[in-house]
Amino acid sequence: MRKKLFSNHVNLDSFIPATEADKEYMVQMRPSSTFFKDGVKRLLKNKVATISLLIIILTTLLSIFLPMLWPYAYDQQMGVQPGKMVDASFNNLSPFEYGKTELARIADGERIFPHIFGTDSAGRDYFIRIVYGTRISLAVGFFASIIVLIIGMTIGSVAGYFGGKVDLIIMRIVDIIYSLPDMLMVILLASVLQIALKGLLEGTVLEKIGSNILSLFIVFAVLYWVSMSRLIRGQILSLREQEYILAARASGAKGRWIIRKHLIPNSISVVIISTALQIPNAIFTESYLSFLGLGVNAPMPSLGSLASDALNGITSYSYRLVIPAVVISLIVLSLNLLGDGLRDAFDPKLNG
Amino acid sequence: MSSKTLLYILKRIGLAILTIWVVITVTFFVMRAVPGGPFLSEKAISESAMKALEAKYGLDKPLLVQYGTYLKDIVTRLDFGPSIKQRGRMVMDIIGDGMKTSVKLGLIAAFFALTIGLVLGSIAALRRNKIIDKSIMVVTTAFVSMPSFIMGSLLLVIFAIKLAVLPANGSTTAGLILPVTTLALYPMAYITRLTRSSMLDVLGQDYIRTARAKGVSGPQIVFGHALKNAIIPVITYFGPMLAYIVTGSLVVEQIFAVPGIGRAFVNSITGRDYTLIMGTTIVLATLIVVMNLISDILYKVVDPRITLE
Repeated sequence: MRKKLFSNHVNLDSFIPATEADKEYMVQMRPSSTFFKDGVKRLLKNKVATISLLIIILTTLLSIFLPMLWPYAYDQQMGVQPGKMVDASFNNLSPFEYGKTELARIADGERIFPHIFGTDSAGRDYFIRIVYGTRISLAVGFFASIIVLIIGMTIGSVAGYFGGKVDLIIMRIVDIIYSLPDMLMVILLASVLQIALKGLLEGTVLEKIGSNILSLFIVFAVLYWVSMSRLIRGQILSLREQEYILAARASGAKGRWIIRKHLIPNSISVVIISTALQIPNAIFTESYLSFLGLGVNAPMPSLGSLASDALNGITSYSYRLVIPAVVISLIVLSLNLLGDGLRDAFDPKLNG
Repeated sequence: MSSKTLLYILKRIGLAILTIWVVITVTFFVMRAVPGGPFLSEKAISESAMKALEAKYGLDKPLLVQYGTYLKDIVTRLDFGPSIKQRGRMVMDIIGDGMKTSVKLGLIAAFFALTIGLVLGSIAALRRNKIIDKSIMVVTTAFVSMPSFIMGSLLLVIFAIKLAVLPANGSTTAGLILPVTTLALYPMAYITRLTRSSMLDVLGQDYIRTARAKGVSGPQIVFGHALKNAIIPVITYFGPMLAYIVTGSLVVEQIFAVPGIGRAFVNSITGRDYTLIMGTTIVLATLIVVMNLISDILYKVVDPRITLE
């Protein structure tokens, strides 16, 4: 069909179906990436952080599942059998040694699971105590950080949101708590709380956790929320003034949309990173207190209390100190390196 | 000094005094909240003996009156009262005795941490990304993530037990080597990293290029020109370093049996010697707060470029 000059008629030739070659052009070569996916990719590129992550996952899984499979319990004194004399040959076994009755059973052709790290002075399998201690230390670190996160987030966002006098009063309190020497206060509170709590807890569910761990949590809740709340308040104050919030508001976005789409995604990475960095801090504090004798209640082990107990027999059984020491250092180091990696991966702004 | 700086210093001193007051108050009321009171763990005491004990330590008066006298005694006479467990000794005397050893220990550790840290940090910055820089960074990372009690115990195992070259007991002069090393390693590693990053920052500045253009040698640029400015961020670390040394000395003195204030503090906790716990907490806390105050003020005064909020 010949097209007339200046005609408004559409040219039908422009509307032929697309060929296969044309369609290929429209195929999505790579799915669009989200902020989270980008971050994970950056994190996995960082070798140090990936190895740290693997170490942490491995230790966590081992500390959860090994005690279920292990033939010995952490508080089982091997030499103590009901109705029999205490068999002292089980105390202070070296790695891969057996007690008297076990040797007799082996002579009878029975297979006995070895004590990989030997036993401690009360005849308890030391390997499972290390595993259990790792579990306790990790759990304390994790829950303490969650507590700090919740309290810090609540108070920080209240201060940032309301501003004015509320903000002023909260920030003065934060200033004072911040300048308190934290370790001394932790020791003071922990030493008093564990006595005060002992009476209160009797007969309740919480008794199983033990007064010492609970007092540790309370101490964390009272003292360590300040830096988290400072951080969140700062985030809220600075984000509130950003131009893109103003732009969103100008184009008619409501409060809930702004919070969900702008405020949370932009501040969440900072919050997660500082929570992750809080965990090694909490593990360190717990082991420090355990070392001073203010940690978990016996016979429950934690890495710090195991190290502290090992000091008594250090001349002959120094490996009993070295093992928990290596485990704590490894956990704290990998958590710190992972935290740094997370910061690099999820918060390019911080790096400058 | 501008009036703005003066105002900042006054504010900072006010906050420090407030903090010390909070420490004293918290310590007092927390200790009084202990169920059963300080004489609980003693063997069964008769009613009249208990009354007499309470009267002796002033525990029969109303709480606020006790608090008032306690505060007044501390502020006016530095008097923390008598120790509950160590008969006939005043808390301040016990603290004073322990302080002599602990201060010596802490000062030597701080001195080594500072000098070695500054030198290592400068070397790392000068040889950036060379093998020596990388090895310094790896070693310091390992030291920074090792808690003091682990470090102390490992040093004890290696040098005093396996190799048997150094004494494990810290009450002699030679015995101080291991505790001092334990206390110094963490701050040393931290100062090294701090110095390296601030030195790298300074080395990129114009006046360094000018000095280079004039033909000043490498080491002289670092130690003569750059160090003066690179040291400023290190000043802010003085306060935290002291806090670390104080809390570290609690366990280090325990491990190496050093007769210092840290060991007295730990023993007072396990022995429930309440007046001694209160006294030691307050003295150590005051020390840390004052040190933080000094390093904060010094930081602002030393560098006129730093703006005050």
